[in-house]
Amino acid sequence: MSTTDDKPAEQPHIRLDGVSLGYGDTLVQQGLSFDIRRGDVFVIMGGSGCGKSTVMRCLTGLLPPWSGRVLLGGESLWELPSAQRSACMRRNGVMYQSGALWSSMTLEENICLPLEQYTRLAPEQIRAIAEYKLALVGLAGYGDYYPSEISGGMRKRVGVARAMALDPDTLYFDEPSAGLDPLSARRLDELILELRDSLGTTMVVITHELDSIFTIADDAVFLDAETKTMLATGNPRELRDHSSVPQVRAFLTRGEVSADAAA
Amino acid sequence: MTTPPPTVDLHSEGEHATLVLGGSWRLQQRLPRLVQAERMLDRAPGATQLGFDTSALTDWDSGLVTFIAGLNQLCERRGIACQAEGLPAGLRKLLTLARSVPQTGRGGHATRPAPSFVARVGTDAMDLMQSTGEIMEFFGEGALAFRRFLLGRARFKQSDLWVIMQEAGADALPIVGLVSFLVGMILGYIGEQQLKQFGAQIYVADLVGLATVIQMGALVTAIVLAGRTGAAFAARIGTMQVNEEIDALRTLGIPPMEFLVLPRMLALIAMTPLLAVYANLLGILGGAFVGTVVGGLTLSAYMTQTQLAIGWNHIIQGLIAATVYGAIVAASGCLRGMQCGRSAAAVGEATTSAVVTAIVFIVIAAAVLTIIFDAVGLS
Repeated sequence: MSTTDDKPAEQPHIRLDGVSLGYGDTLVQQGLSFDIRRGDVFVIMGGSGCGKSTVMRCLTGLLPPWSGRVLLGGESLWELPSAQRSACMRRNGVMYQSGALWSSMTLEENICLPLEQYTRLAPEQIRAIAEYKLALVGLAGYGDYYPSEISGGMRKRVGVARAMALDPDTLYFDEPSAGLDPLSARRLDELILELRDSLGTTMVVITHELDSIFTIADDAVFLDAETKTMLATGNPRELRDHSSVPQVRAFLTRGEVSADAAA
Repeated sequence: MTTPPPTVDLHSEGEHATLVLGGSWRLQQRLPRLVQAERMLDRAPGATQLGFDTSALTDWDSGLVTFIAGLNQLCERRGIACQAEGLPAGLRKLLTLARSVPQTGRGGHATRPAPSFVARVGTDAMDLMQSTGEIMEFFGEGALAFRRFLLGRARFKQSDLWVIMQEAGADALPIVGLVSFLVGMILGYIGEQQLKQFGAQIYVADLVGLATVIQMGALVTAIVLAGRTGAAFAARIGTMQVNEEIDALRTLGIPPMEFLVLPRMLALIAMTPLLAVYANLLGILGGAFVGTVVGGLTLSAYMTQTQLAIGWNHIIQGLIAATVYGAIVAASGCLRGMQCGRSAAAVGEATTSAVVTAIVFIVIAAAVLTIIFDAVGLS
């Protein structure tokens, strides 16, 4: 089912091994086992409420799994002592659904904060890096604005810039196109691809937007809310055309296939 | 032209009954009630089939749909078959649509029974255990953050600390001053009225001075801060929780405990005693105002008497109490903010809870401190 493997011997960038997740005593997802290859744009897809964001919270070190292992470059994230886990977490950048910019700081300060905390660079070097990151997302010159003064699409772009502040190995995007007009959503998709191509960063994108999925994804996993597990992995286009699982094909064709199957 | 009022009538011939609908069935009209149709059906006991005649119907909306839907259920209970053919085609479609809703909507929710008394006690006990655990964790993490601060390794912005100190301290001067002055006046009035009976008005100075310096100054400051600053802390941190800003800090490896909670704790621990000193001064002035204007004392006599009454031990008691209260206000504000859920309602609950927690623990601390001061001979 998986797509062409260039180097099958290479260790996966991220590997989930029998992970199950939940809040309190509510199970969200179980039996998650999949690999994310280095340099891929990997999409976690599924209907609303299926636990996509929960999986991301686990991968980024915010929510411990009930069972199973999350391997980042061979190291089990949740079995590391907390100092090393914290170092592991810093190799991730996350763009949150609403941007999650720190509202009391200017855009530049938002990007500078992680650099101030974790590098020994001089203030003017840090400012130069912040300007460069803002320019990468197409917002050069906006450093002195506050998050409340810019539009939703711009906030998400700044969220990307901040996520890239420490030059992470993996960038996570939580619903990048949610709440954006089609053009801004598309520009964000293009930005994801450009950044991947120029920086080689692995991108993990959580979304249910079909346009986005088909545009950006190299590889994907489909999570189901009813069975609370993954139903398929692979390239979304191939899944749409060849998957044997009716829910997956229904999702990827906006329900057209499932309507045929039911008739 | 006025719209014709909605009408309903029943013609029955043996088994067969026909409901005649006429006029404009719109929500703006006074629509016939379902009981009217029920009474009509009562008057036709033999009917087993119900048809509809809508030839006199001019227009209709949801008003008619709900009426017919109710009528359908009524007929079902009475074993009367409804023949929907007489109804407008659009209305029939809406009825089918409406009937399909409750079946899908009756998922897991409605059937869940209310928990029994024992189950509720059990759940509450488990919640209490969990929240106690969270509070312990908060204080544990807080202690570790404070240790890193003492070692000079805590991650927070100095500028944040100054801003919070200004917001919590300097900006609170007017309100703390006003409330303290008025409380001093109230104490002065009560004392003056009682002591006047013995000609001992001069002791108003002792009463106001001691009460203010030992307890009231610190208490008034703390309660104003709980409502003003504690609530602001909870709302601020709670909103950051809602916006995922706390998650963003955590994923970057910046502990929110150090970045958000520590500067707030430090700011209030530093500012509350200073505000309490100011509150003491204003409280004594409030008493002096009553003593001179109402009690007829001279200002210098009042102040000399105050000086004689108050010792350093009293001032120190008040300042220790103020420091403890400051820590309580900051801790409850930050704790409730950090515990906040991810909705606007949760921010409101967190804010309320922060103020309530702070005031309850301030009063408990006041009682405990009084006993301790007495035991160590400070009073």
